[in-house]
Amino acid sequence: MKAVVAVIGKDTVGILAKISTICAKYNANVMDVTQTIMQDMFAMTMLIDISKCSSEYGVLAEQLKKAGEEMNLQVHVMHEDIFNSMHKV
Amino acid sequence: MTTMLSSNDILETIKMIQEENLDIRTITMGISLLDCIDSDIDRSCTKIYEKMMRVAQNHVKTGEEIEKRYGIPIINKRLSVTPIAMLAAAAKGSPVKFARTLQKVAEGTGVNYIGGYSALVHKGFSAGDRELIESIPEALSETTNVCSSVNVGSTRAGINMDAVKLMGQVILDSAKVTADDHCFGAAKIVVFCNAVEDNPFMAGAFHGVGEPDVVLNVGVSGPGVVRAALAKMPDADISQVAEVIKRTAFKITRMGQLVGTEAGKILGVPFGIVDLSLAPTPAVGDSVAHILEEMGLESCGAYGTTAALAMLNDAVKKGGVMASSHVGGLSGAFIPVSEDAGMIDAVNAGSLGLEKLEAMTAVCSVGLDMVVVPGDTPADIISGMIADEAAIGMVNSKTTAVRVIPAIGMKEGDTLEFGGLFGSGPVMKINRFDCSKFISRGGRLPAPLQSLKN
Repeated sequence: MKAVVAVIGKDTVGILAKISTICAKYNANVMDVTQTIMQDMFAMTMLIDISKCSSEYGVLAEQLKKAGEEMNLQVHVMHEDIFNSMHKV
Repeated sequence: MTTMLSSNDILETIKMIQEENLDIRTITMGISLLDCIDSDIDRSCTKIYEKMMRVAQNHVKTGEEIEKRYGIPIINKRLSVTPIAMLAAAAKGSPVKFARTLQKVAEGTGVNYIGGYSALVHKGFSAGDRELIESIPEALSETTNVCSSVNVGSTRAGINMDAVKLMGQVILDSAKVTADDHCFGAAKIVVFCNAVEDNPFMAGAFHGVGEPDVVLNVGVSGPGVVRAALAKMPDADISQVAEVIKRTAFKITRMGQLVGTEAGKILGVPFGIVDLSLAPTPAVGDSVAHILEEMGLESCGAYGTTAALAMLNDAVKKGGVMASSHVGGLSGAFIPVSEDAGMIDAVNAGSLGLEKLEAMTAVCSVGLDMVVVPGDTPADIISGMIADEAAIGMVNSKTTAVRVIPAIGMKEGDTLEFGGLFGSGPVMKINRFDCSKFISRGGRLPAPLQSLKN
């Protein structure tokens, strides 16, 4: 199963490093990353493969959200199916 | 991205959920109680409790799991059952026992409402129907999570005017016995014409006899998303506006379809339908009235409101139909007054009255919904409102409903507070001219001709 991690907030040093470190810790493979910076707002979307994740999906999602909060960022972790179903005919 | 997900799409979805109040309004499990019928009412209640606890024990938990996995709020987890009048028909004793059993199930499963304390009497009363209808005020005052509905008319059968008269009194009595609880009893009853068997929304949900043993129906919501989409195109013509609504409805419905099929898989229950409704909440930005105003009306209720609503309702259906394998329920824009911040403002500003609301119900789902009327409104006047709404539904082959709340001890201009998703309702002005002679005639209003349409 794949999940989308979306990170939104004020740009700061080390966002990608911190998020991907947590992914690595739980054996979630980062498959793709895109990021844009509009003015000083940072938006990153990351596709991760969590089929070999070492913990439950909920635990990983919680950890990512917590890391986001520490950097004043919103982190959303959602199953990729929601985007596939909403945006593809 | 490699999987062809675009980050714009991802951010759009997150914005819809975070800022525009997109959510799954309800996942409702319909449960047939036909195998719980028994001539002994206590035995029947035991069977109901056992069956419902068995099939619905994981309903709430599954809803919460899906919320986490997809990051979409699922506001309500609910159950609906076979109209209880059918069980009351076989059993002797007060049907209120069934209501108490449903209440116990609600508490045991953690669902917030169970619908189906219902009777279908559009052509006449059969055994159990009258007893059930007369017990509604008591049942609703003794329970907190049980909802009731009565179908009094249909396009094929006409309108049962005896039932219309009875329901005016039942609504008034339900408000009176719950007067110290915001008259909330009356908010838990819906009187229908052309009731549907797979509606997931309360208070009118029941599990029709044509349905499978257990089924899962989903209701989506997203007035805020539609409004935000329209706000981006202030100068577009109406064709373009309709197009954007269709596209937005498609996305919202796809989400409902995904949640319904996933929940069905986890629970081992067949997925029934997505109800493509725009259901408002009192939250800022989650209003159907505000969509109409975004189209260019100063206030909901102004001339043009009915036309704007007709277009909105139709575009939502057109967009949603292709997004789901099965569409059903009430499907359309809801216009409950107390649950919609824009509607409340429109009533308070004097631009929206009961007459305009009635006209609006002719072009949308569902009817006079969450309308608060003065506490001294005579029962026959409520029956008159029911008769008019039922006639609109009957003639136009659509579902219409009445959910009015007489605010006991209050008069026009006061406000009845419910709190939560139910909001607060301004007490509306009613036409007090007498209709009791017409209502008291009883009998059946014949079914309308389906040709020579003018």
